[in-house]
Amino acid sequence: MARYLLRRLAFLVVSLALASVVLFVLLRLLPGDPANALTSVGASPEQIAAARHSIGSDRPLPEQFTHWLGQLAHGDLGTSFVSSLPVGPEVTSRLDVTVPLTLAAFVLAVLIAVPAGFVAAYKRRTWYGALLSGVSQLGIAIPVFWLGMILIAVFALNAGWLPAGGFPPDGWSQPAEAVRSLVLPVVTIALVMSASLIRYVRSATLDVLDSDYLRTARALGSSFGRAMWRHGLRNSSVPVISVLAIELASTLLGAVVVESVYALPGLGSMLATGIAQHDYPVIQAVLFVSTLAVLLIGFAADLVQRIVDPRLRGRLSGGAR
Amino acid sequence: MSIKKTSLYGTATAATLVLALTACGGSGTGGGATAGGSYDKNATVNIGSLYEPQNLDNTAGGGQGVTEALNGNVYEGLFKLTDDGKVEKLLARDYKVSGDGLTYTFTLRDGVKFHSGKAFTSQDVKYSLQKVLADDSQSARKSNLEVVKDIATPDARTVKVTLSKKSISFVYNLSYVWIINSQAKNLKTTEDGTGPYKLDKWTRGSALGLDRYAGYWGRAAGNQKVVFHYYKDATALNNALLTNAVDVVTSEQSPDALDQFKSNQNYKVNDGNSTTKLLLAFNDKAKPFTDVKVRQAVSAAIDDKKLLESVWAGYGKLIGSMVPPTDPWYEDLTKVNAYDPAHAKQLLADAGYAKGFTFTLDTPNYDPHPTAATFIKSQLAKVGITVKINTITPDEWYTKVYKNHDFTATLQEHVNDRDLVWYGNPDFYWGYDDKQVTQWVEQAEEASTTAEQTALLKKVNEKTAQDAASDWLYLYPQIVVASSKLSDYPLNGLNSQFYAYDIKKKG
Repeated sequence: MARYLLRRLAFLVVSLALASVVLFVLLRLLPGDPANALTSVGASPEQIAAARHSIGSDRPLPEQFTHWLGQLAHGDLGTSFVSSLPVGPEVTSRLDVTVPLTLAAFVLAVLIAVPAGFVAAYKRRTWYGALLSGVSQLGIAIPVFWLGMILIAVFALNAGWLPAGGFPPDGWSQPAEAVRSLVLPVVTIALVMSASLIRYVRSATLDVLDSDYLRTARALGSSFGRAMWRHGLRNSSVPVISVLAIELASTLLGAVVVESVYALPGLGSMLATGIAQHDYPVIQAVLFVSTLAVLLIGFAADLVQRIVDPRLRGRLSGGAR
Repeated sequence: MSIKKTSLYGTATAATLVLALTACGGSGTGGGATAGGSYDKNATVNIGSLYEPQNLDNTAGGGQGVTEALNGNVYEGLFKLTDDGKVEKLLARDYKVSGDGLTYTFTLRDGVKFHSGKAFTSQDVKYSLQKVLADDSQSARKSNLEVVKDIATPDARTVKVTLSKKSISFVYNLSYVWIINSQAKNLKTTEDGTGPYKLDKWTRGSALGLDRYAGYWGRAAGNQKVVFHYYKDATALNNALLTNAVDVVTSEQSPDALDQFKSNQNYKVNDGNSTTKLLLAFNDKAKPFTDVKVRQAVSAAIDDKKLLESVWAGYGKLIGSMVPPTDPWYEDLTKVNAYDPAHAKQLLADAGYAKGFTFTLDTPNYDPHPTAATFIKSQLAKVGITVKINTITPDEWYTKVYKNHDFTATLQEHVNDRDLVWYGNPDFYWGYDDKQVTQWVEQAEEASTTAEQTALLKKVNEKTAQDAASDWLYLYPQIVVASSKLSDYPLNGLNSQFYAYDIKKKG
């Protein structure tokens, strides 16, 4: 296990390094000049050159890259071209919105999807089992922003129960307000996410239900519940865990849309603004932090799978890979 | 000067899914006028805006949002530009101009303190002016103020500024210069001004709060707190207004949303005068727009009124020139080159284009340009002109059109007041070159009285209109939508300023 962890950690570092190179190069290939965002339209060529110089975009790419890496090594995410304020503190403050949003949505989605998916599989021949499958199919087709707009119209504009968007300026020092403003965004993400999760849980459960070992266990006198608990759940959870990890990661990245719909000051809206303004340090920082988060989620998912399924431990920890 | 480069998320798309609100008919009266009755002196006014500051320093790229939130509210100038475009004394108690018009002597107001507690002196004026003129300054007014040759401070209450040449707009330009404590630090995230509010808290990406400053030299603000809430798109902003998360929207950008406010007595929709002009800018140095008749023909062939109706549903104004009603040299020139397709055809024939011609229209990809381009295309088709629409990003526009002058015609919005003077610069992107106009613009700036300046710029106005230097399609509306509990808010919001200190809110 220790060797595995070490190897996994090395993989993480290498991936992150590769990602940072790709990120950096791709951004520079985009059309547009960040100096445009800094100068007013009346600017002279000298002013534009000065703007480029002040943000360092006139230096050779390798030099800019090593400069960025050097900053990263010191835990500094750089300085925004546009605001000339450090990016790091802003990322941190925006994580206060994005992390609770993503985690709460994820937990809610799992709470909905696991029982619903199980029922959809186990009771697939009943009308409500079929209905669950049908609804989840439909759910996958619904765009997040559209669902968001519907929920805003119904629960905020019409009923007036919840805010239509925004986050309290004082953040979590007003916990009740902060929670209230996250309810609709969380529900929006959770509903869309659970729709696809239900289908995974359902098919994973179906595999188990049809499996030989479950039949064997029951033939040996185990009750259905006991057989499911001891054998079924474990087996079905392995593929579900990878799917969960992917879903969690994509929720984090997909927060862009939901944060825009609900005007939340999260990482997603920071990225959107950064892109619109060619603010490379901001884009780089947000994508870097997101990449790190996605890699960590994948790492965690692998570990959990190993804990749940001893066979994976035996097969891979010896270095068979 | 500044042309709006990006409307970030400007396209507030799709149908607003707003369920019917009770229509009560009859909107209130009075607009920003003083509401009768009592109001809450300790109220918090929540303001919704699409323009978040980049940072809090207007000489370091703070952008339009920092002007909106801090100008006049937190920082004050020697002079103030009122909401109807007049220049009034603020931190300057008085001033004298020397006979040759080159030396301005300002006497400063007594008893003014910065929010940090330090007394306001002539040193601070000198420092603030130098900050705008510094090499790394990104102030939009830097080029206008470069006539400043020397700043002397004979005593704590007196500032003497010497100019390199006469500049009648000097005092007006000073209304853009924030007076900052010369010892202040970290102005990108904090402030030290003299205004009626001090900064409470700025949460990036979300909100900026201001608190009434107890030591203010003037009349105290009519409310205790002001919070600017920032939104990325117009729909979210309108939703915030509908759910009372904000009390007023500084500049409504979504005409589709207006009906729901107009039909609800809890809101008031105010139609003010903006300074933003939508231009069909010809390249006056590129064929066929080198020919004045062709420019006049195109101008006369487009029904601006119908365009404005379709884009803004009756809001906004036709202008017929570069000058909005809040500029001192405004006059109604809508009759010059007014809509007249028959006359347009005649002009085209006179210019040798009886069978019309084809040109490419470089069109920024955000609203309202694509709509306007399609409209222009269909209008010009009726007089035999074929328009090829070339959709470009704001970046491309900046490089291709603005910097390289590589275009035949383009669409663009110009946001500032008093920007008629660009027609006096033959090197500006639209290439209008008339020696007489250039001379009038120069003379106007060196005029001794504002009356003289106004008379000259009126001539410029008329000449450029007759020459159809550009086609000024319409003046954007400046729509402030507010809760009917509010009164005394600014209506025109010139150059993005939004004075919040007079706003009163009923309890």
